[in-house]
Amino acid sequence: MAQVFSRRLSLLLRVLGLGAVAIIAAAAVAYRVTARTDAALLAPIEQPIPFSHKHHVGDDGIDCRYCHASVEVSAVAGIPPLSTCMTCHSQLFTDASVLAPVVDAYRTGRALRWNRVHALPDFVYFDHSIHIGKGVACVTCPGRVDRMPSTWRVVSLDMQWCLECHRAPDRYLRPRERVFDMDWQPQGDQLALGKELRERYHIRSTRELTDCSTCHR
Amino acid sequence: MPTDADEKAAASAAATQTTQRAQQRFWRSIEDLVDAAHPAPMRSSMLSIDIPLHGRREFMKLMAASLALTGASGCSRPPLEKIVPYVHGPAQSSYGKPVFFASAVARDGYGTGVLVETNMGRPTKIEGNPSHPASLGATDIFAQASVLELWDPDRSKVVRQANAISTWRSFLTALSERMRALKQRHGEGLCLLTESVTSPTLYAQLQTLLERLPKAHWHQYQALNRDAAYDGARFALGRSVETRYRLDRARIVVALDADFLDGLPGSVRYARDFVAARSLQSNSTLHRFYAVESTPSLTGAQADRRLALPARQVEDVARALAARLGLGVAVEASTSIPADWLDAAVADLVAQRGQCLVIVGERQPATVHALAHAINAMLGNVGSTVVYTAPVVASPINQLASVSTLGTAMRAGEVDSLLMIGGNPAYDAPADLDFVAALERVPFKVHLGLYDDETAARSDWHVPAAHALETWSDVRAFDGTISIQQPCIAPLYGGKSAHELLSALLGDAPDSAHDIVRAHWQAQRRADDFSAFWQQTLHQGLVADSAFSPIEVSLRRDLGAALAPPSARRGEIELIFCSDPTIGDGRYANNAWLQELPKPLTKLTWDNAALVAPALAQRLQLANEDVVELRLANRAVKAPVWITPGQPDHTVTVALGYGRSRAGSVGNAHGFNANALRTSTGFWFTGGVELVKTGQRYALASTQGHDTMAGRDIVRVLSREEAIACKDRGPGAKDTLFTLYRALPTSEYAWAMSIDLNACIGCGACTVACQAENNIPVVGKAEVRRGREMHWIRVDRYYQGAPGTPRTLFMPVPCMQCEHAPCEVVCPVEASVHDAQGINVQVYNRCVGTRFCSNNCPYKVRRFNFLQYAQDVPTLNAQRNPQVTVRMRGVMEKCNYCLQRITTARIAADKEDRRIRDGEVVTACQAVCPTGAIVFGDLNDAGSAVNQRKASPLDYALLAELNTRPRTTYLPKIIGAAREIDRSGRAGDAAPLARGCHG
Repeated sequence: MAQVFSRRLSLLLRVLGLGAVAIIAAAAVAYRVTARTDAALLAPIEQPIPFSHKHHVGDDGIDCRYCHASVEVSAVAGIPPLSTCMTCHSQLFTDASVLAPVVDAYRTGRALRWNRVHALPDFVYFDHSIHIGKGVACVTCPGRVDRMPSTWRVVSLDMQWCLECHRAPDRYLRPRERVFDMDWQPQGDQLALGKELRERYHIRSTRELTDCSTCHR
Repeated sequence: MPTDADEKAAASAAATQTTQRAQQRFWRSIEDLVDAAHPAPMRSSMLSIDIPLHGRREFMKLMAASLALTGASGCSRPPLEKIVPYVHGPAQSSYGKPVFFASAVARDGYGTGVLVETNMGRPTKIEGNPSHPASLGATDIFAQASVLELWDPDRSKVVRQANAISTWRSFLTALSERMRALKQRHGEGLCLLTESVTSPTLYAQLQTLLERLPKAHWHQYQALNRDAAYDGARFALGRSVETRYRLDRARIVVALDADFLDGLPGSVRYARDFVAARSLQSNSTLHRFYAVESTPSLTGAQADRRLALPARQVEDVARALAARLGLGVAVEASTSIPADWLDAAVADLVAQRGQCLVIVGERQPATVHALAHAINAMLGNVGSTVVYTAPVVASPINQLASVSTLGTAMRAGEVDSLLMIGGNPAYDAPADLDFVAALERVPFKVHLGLYDDETAARSDWHVPAAHALETWSDVRAFDGTISIQQPCIAPLYGGKSAHELLSALLGDAPDSAHDIVRAHWQAQRRADDFSAFWQQTLHQGLVADSAFSPIEVSLRRDLGAALAPPSARRGEIELIFCSDPTIGDGRYANNAWLQELPKPLTKLTWDNAALVAPALAQRLQLANEDVVELRLANRAVKAPVWITPGQPDHTVTVALGYGRSRAGSVGNAHGFNANALRTSTGFWFTGGVELVKTGQRYALASTQGHDTMAGRDIVRVLSREEAIACKDRGPGAKDTLFTLYRALPTSEYAWAMSIDLNACIGCGACTVACQAENNIPVVGKAEVRRGREMHWIRVDRYYQGAPGTPRTLFMPVPCMQCEHAPCEVVCPVEASVHDAQGINVQVYNRCVGTRFCSNNCPYKVRRFNFLQYAQDVPTLNAQRNPQVTVRMRGVMEKCNYCLQRITTARIAADKEDRRIRDGEVVTACQAVCPTGAIVFGDLNDAGSAVNQRKASPLDYALLAELNTRPRTTYLPKIIGAAREIDRSGRAGDAAPLARGCHG
């Protein structure tokens, strides 16, 4: 009896089978790469109150550090305590319904639960203070929050993205006194300025900035 | 057929062979010695892997479940994390940075000043308080582990009435009803049972209570009490005094069963003084140290001349010393104390009058303490090396008598209400008291304790106690210095302090512990600036100038005549009780860090054992893990045997603290309860114990046989003369062997470590500190038996010399941070790589768990997460250091020089555009070390302490012949006496020495 499966059919089936496995594997990998514990890229995140950086930073011109008070001394910038909100809002918009959760929380002592927009894996140790101290601006990572009515993530925050700067910080550095400035643009050549600042701020070599132990421990 | 004589001859030949071999090389265990003689097949327990599966069905079930889980987790996005900011922020603006609070923790009542690191309000790590005299920046293992005790999920969480859940309010109601009746009877029938009280506030409260209820009784008992020391002082000096030792002034020290480096109050401080006086640098003021020991201890391991004697014979030594020194003391005639030891000790003591010191341990009876007082007085040591002060324990009564009186009263039905404040008498009261039965006669029993333990279960009311890190209190240190304990977190489970319970008992207005302690101090000070005093005291961690000043005492004239005549009891096996080296009297039994910390000498974990001398084991044909029945009068306990070199013949030592039934999920059902043999007449040791072989075996988990570095130049030992000669020669050229490794990247810093083996006393504090700092998991007894313990720094213990009287050597081994790291070249995914600062980093997120690196590591310091050891328990998560990744299953890990501490210092320095200063980065092991054995720093900083250490010609690398070029190097152990008093060619006990210095 002749064989049921010809050699060619058998080969075709094998190729198809392998192809299916490969596609599934690729899909799984693609998903794992994109799956994150933080919010999706460029998607506004629902929060307990519709807090607008655009209004506070862009319109009112409040400095980053008014709320994110520990950004210059600590690894974390800090989400402000409600008492910070109430410094103004005990006087302003006291009856606004959008602010009701804040006022209630402040009265009852039950904290608000914000949704995290930027999250790094637990084995990554990012330190705000050293970046601020070495001339990396606030807009570099969370972006132009002064234009965001509600906050979203504008950069991938994956390791490749971090390394873009760690490999060549010259492209992003600005004078220390300008790091909180939302609108600052380099006067002239950024690379020349970056090179000068890199020396002036004693920024470590690229080799050291890309050591695993710089961010992981 | 072999005759008895043949067997004896064979046995003695084997023994001689063993001894000879032992003298030739270092060995780590009895098996090690024997194995070399009879190469056995690989120990099967090391190779077998127990997969807990029973057949195909279970396998399929598990596989299906894990597949389903994989699918479920693969199809949905992880939920968004929440951020919960404060409503009202704390006063500190350093949000996200650790905040340190000065406080104190107590061990057996004696306080040590500590700085508690808190992260976002969670206590995570304990550091020593550098300005506290008992700490000087270091701590013992118990202080380190107290932070785990705080977060222990097994702690008692609710008030219980007759083992049913109740509330503090209902307890107060019940108590006040009881107290109304008691007040009418002026407290008749009310008994309080506390542990040793050193808290001035608590003592004042107790005094008030006894004033208001004059017929009430206050009893004290703890299993590790200091009865003999106080009794001895009362006998010899006529009053209760605290004896404090000035090891920094002593040139000759004789320790009579005294473990002053690890057991006595103030041992952390004593260890520092002792090692400082013994170092090569300080012109070595301490010339010779004699030790008599009834069971091997860390202190005995440091002795120049160690004598192992049964505990009852230590009195003979004390008497002989006293008699030789001219005190009219009766001496036991048939004594078997080696004359040369005695001659040498007496000669040294006499030659160093006023600068010598005799110390006695708690295990020895009051007579020996009295004799030591007499000897020290006679040699003019009082005021110089011995300082007498007021007692640290507020009311230093004889606790054994106290608890016996209480037991009698309870059985007679005279006790109507019993308040047990702390302690666990149902577990650790002397067996002959039958405390449990006596308790049943008491109608109203209250227990305040951290755990729902044996005593809590038998009480009518149990109140959860607040942990030392949760409440206000005060505590005295060994020299009388008072620290205010301040809470670093609110009580997790609504626990109450002893102050609050007593306040409730007194019927005062319900006060918080804070108000009680503060009010006590306000009444003491009466100063206008109390607020400033209070702030200053809390900030400093101690009440300024509160140490006791020395007092004058006079020795009774008729001491020699007043002492009871010596008794002769020989030829029987003695049972000796000791505090367990890692879990004490059982109060730390549920502390997994301490359970898994290898006991310094036996390297056992998770169990106690009956320690016997090699000679006794040979006579009784006992092997390790054989179960024997220890019979004493009509009591008996089954215990596994552990053969312990250096244990005196004719003795068995058993550690207290094990065999718990209600310690918690960690501490239950480990070891045997030695308290079952401990009676008020044989409280610390007793003769007449019988060892009966049962034929059973019990598996013990010792880390001893693991990680062997057999037969090589590991712990380098030099005599003092050699070391000095070597130092004088100056640094020799270090070999640079040819290498194929690539040159290292360099940076501004080159981190390195130096460990001084002459300073290491082997206490293991570094291991626990590292565990706390680096989120190192605990694996449990079964995994330890497979050699899977996770400690990043281990302390190896080696023996040298004859098994009966070996020299004991310790060596802490962390990752060596090799410049030419063998682990790096074999990693297929570059998870083991060098950074520019010279640290061999392990990148957890790259690691795929091939374990090639561990295979290729000659030091065996890499640890693999074979299972998911890091448990996801909310309270345990709260303890974790947020600066360190919690590793998951399948990931390799190891010491990284506390990279998080380096990074923190580096960021601080970078922000100020400066270099990191020498001493700015202190690793966890370095910070905790009582003796400063570990120094860490930057090789690129010419003046750094680590460079100074490494400049010594004595500096050597472990397994240097492998050319791994470790950044961690060692200074050798130095033995033998100093030259100038080494008279008449008495060569100390110098043994054959290992390789000398470089060049």
